[in-house]
Amino acid sequence: MPLARLIPCLDVAHGRVVKGVNFVGLRDVGDPVELAKFYSDGGADELVFLDIAATPEESATMTSVVADVADVLEIPFTVGGGVRSVEDAIRIIESGADRVSLNSAALADPGLITAIARRFGSQAVVVAIDAGDGVVHTHGGRVATTTRTIPWAVEAASRGAGEILLTSIAHDGLRGGFDLELTAAVRDAVSVPVIASGGAGSAAHVADVLRITDAALIASIVHENPAGLPGLRREIQELGIELRPVKELI
Amino acid sequence: MSDVVVVEYGAGNTRSVRAAFTHLGVTSVVSSDLATIANAELVVLPGVGSARSAMEHLESTGAAQALRDRFESGDPILGICLGMQLALEHSDEDGGVDGIGLLSGSVHLLTEGRVPRLGWAPVEPWGDAYYFAHSYAAHSPDAVASSEGVTVAIERGAFLGVQFHPEKSGTAGLAFLERCLSPA
Repeated sequence: MPLARLIPCLDVAHGRVVKGVNFVGLRDVGDPVELAKFYSDGGADELVFLDIAATPEESATMTSVVADVADVLEIPFTVGGGVRSVEDAIRIIESGADRVSLNSAALADPGLITAIARRFGSQAVVVAIDAGDGVVHTHGGRVATTTRTIPWAVEAASRGAGEILLTSIAHDGLRGGFDLELTAAVRDAVSVPVIASGGAGSAAHVADVLRITDAALIASIVHENPAGLPGLRREIQELGIELRPVKELI
Repeated sequence: MSDVVVVEYGAGNTRSVRAAFTHLGVTSVVSSDLATIANAELVVLPGVGSARSAMEHLESTGAAQALRDRFESGDPILGICLGMQLALEHSDEDGGVDGIGLLSGSVHLLTEGRVPRLGWAPVEPWGDAYYFAHSYAAHSPDAVASSEGVTVAIERGAFLGVQFHPEKSGTAGLAFLERCLSPA
């Protein structure tokens, strides 16, 4: 199995990074390109960009962000939010993203997973699941559906998803640790890798979830102090999780 | 003439490969033009997409034959991920597809661990960790490197193929590409 991955997630709206990036060392904390490069230099294994304001009119803005990021980044990155068709996926991947992440669009049309996987391979398709009370939620976790979480994860993988990005709504933003039980249940149910998301508040939290799954998504813990990423990686390694060896440049 | 020609075949993420060479101060172009492929210092066959559509594109444009000719002439070709797999004789992907056939060997679905195999892993005997994203793997007598028991590099004559993505493998990947540009 490849090494565990630490994946900072950047929320982007109208071409700008939003939500809680506090750091005086960056000239422009809102610039997705500068922040992406900074996290890459700090040892991030991969990045996720989530277009949280995604509207059809916004797609050109996001495409140009993706291209600008691809030109400076030498680590893989995934783009989610606003991918609703094969054409959207082509646009994003041809602009330089490695993978697209599908959420509500995959629920509405599970065939979309297969269509994108046929074109680019399963490794290029992530299905993001916002889970709470045993069911999948949409609209940023606000609206519950009747779709059960585990069966949906299994279906998504069987339709061609190459990875599941699993967010526990109840844990998200609280920084009290990941939902280990849910993560383990989904990981046991599928044979594709699973990224755990929601709840990272300390190196110990991240280490705990990396003992049971392949990758951890981190947000506020790193956005609060982007320069602390190398230190966070070291702490996680001291807790017994092997991460890739990097020469941090920050 | 460009130093590096990245072969266009419809589905590849050529932008990141070019960005990596730009980072190294090397100009590159994306092309499926036969003369351009023949005359390049280094030809790169990149790798995102599916085997069948890639091979259909490469055969119909004549690029597959241009690559065979180039290989016969001993001019360097670097295959990345799917681009490495396509250099072999056959792949099980998409129900079975014949490759370009530069090297002997075939491509089969991974059977161990989580599939796709995603993430960074050390490559032996080279030492560094590189980024992988694949569901299929090469089986070839020309294997020269492995990672967790999987063949991840094949080499014969002027062809070197790697399963990882050097353009997405940070400083280790850039150092690898630099070595490809100036073989010892």
